[in-house]
Amino acid sequence: MNAVFSFGAGLVFGAGLILSGMTDPGKVIGFLDVAGSWDPSLALVMAGAILVGFFAFRSAGRRGRTFLGGALHLPNRRDVDLRLLGGSAVFGIGWGLAGFCPGPALVSFASGVDQAAVFVAAMLGGMLVHRAAERLR
Amino acid sequence: MTIDWSHFTPAASFAGGALIGIAAAMLLLLSGRVAGISGIVGGLIAPHRGDVAWRLAFVGGLLAAPVLMALLGERAAPRIDAGFGTLIVAGLLVGLGTSYGSGCTSGHGVCGLSRLSLRSLAATIAFIALGMLTVFAVRHFS
Repeated sequence: MNAVFSFGAGLVFGAGLILSGMTDPGKVIGFLDVAGSWDPSLALVMAGAILVGFFAFRSAGRRGRTFLGGALHLPNRRDVDLRLLGGSAVFGIGWGLAGFCPGPALVSFASGVDQAAVFVAAMLGGMLVHRAAERLR
Repeated sequence: MTIDWSHFTPAASFAGGALIGIAAAMLLLLSGRVAGISGIVGGLIAPHRGDVAWRLAFVGGLLAAPVLMALLGERAAPRIDAGFGTLIVAGLLVGLGTSYGSGCTSGHGVCGLSRLSLRSLAATIAFIALGMLTVFAVRHFS
């Protein structure tokens, strides 16, 4: 049953990415290009998502369980460390270079966009490198 | 700074954002999981027993979305300037960076900010700042 809900959530998530325009790297780079001709759309995507998300997380926090009585798996770390900031900075550089982040890249890959397929393959490669590095630690 | 009015889509972007929020709410309140795409995919790269099906289902839904939207008459025409070399470098950086930074635009930017996490706020400021600097360097400095 969990898998059915997860599939539905993924479907709605992807539909939202397409409707919002975030599957267009030109639109993402248009937001990041504050010195050029700025497209503020991405800020509205975040505003719409956070507005709904805020109430969802507040409700989940108060209930302490899912609607079906299942456990909530929430991140519990609160510290801001160098790995968080450095990793996010590296992510930002890649995001700015291509205009793709993980969600839109996967959706564009499924739309048959060749460039997204190359990006996704490299992204999975980056995740594998991280995994290998963690195993050596 | 000038606003690019020709590409600015406030209504569609806000509505699409709300859909993303609804999807995050569905995954959270029904499956008990946080909708962070890099984390969900990362958990498939390093799988744990009993923690794979919901991830595969979510990614399956994400991959099915363009089919649904095409049936509804919504077709994307992406503008992609990056060549294949840049795409490979960018993909590697995004895969590495989101793994070390424990999240991406969805996990930190949407879900983390929705739950008022200071960690996610710091991460979001970091990736947006570096994204802006990178675009500045590529578009206006070379």
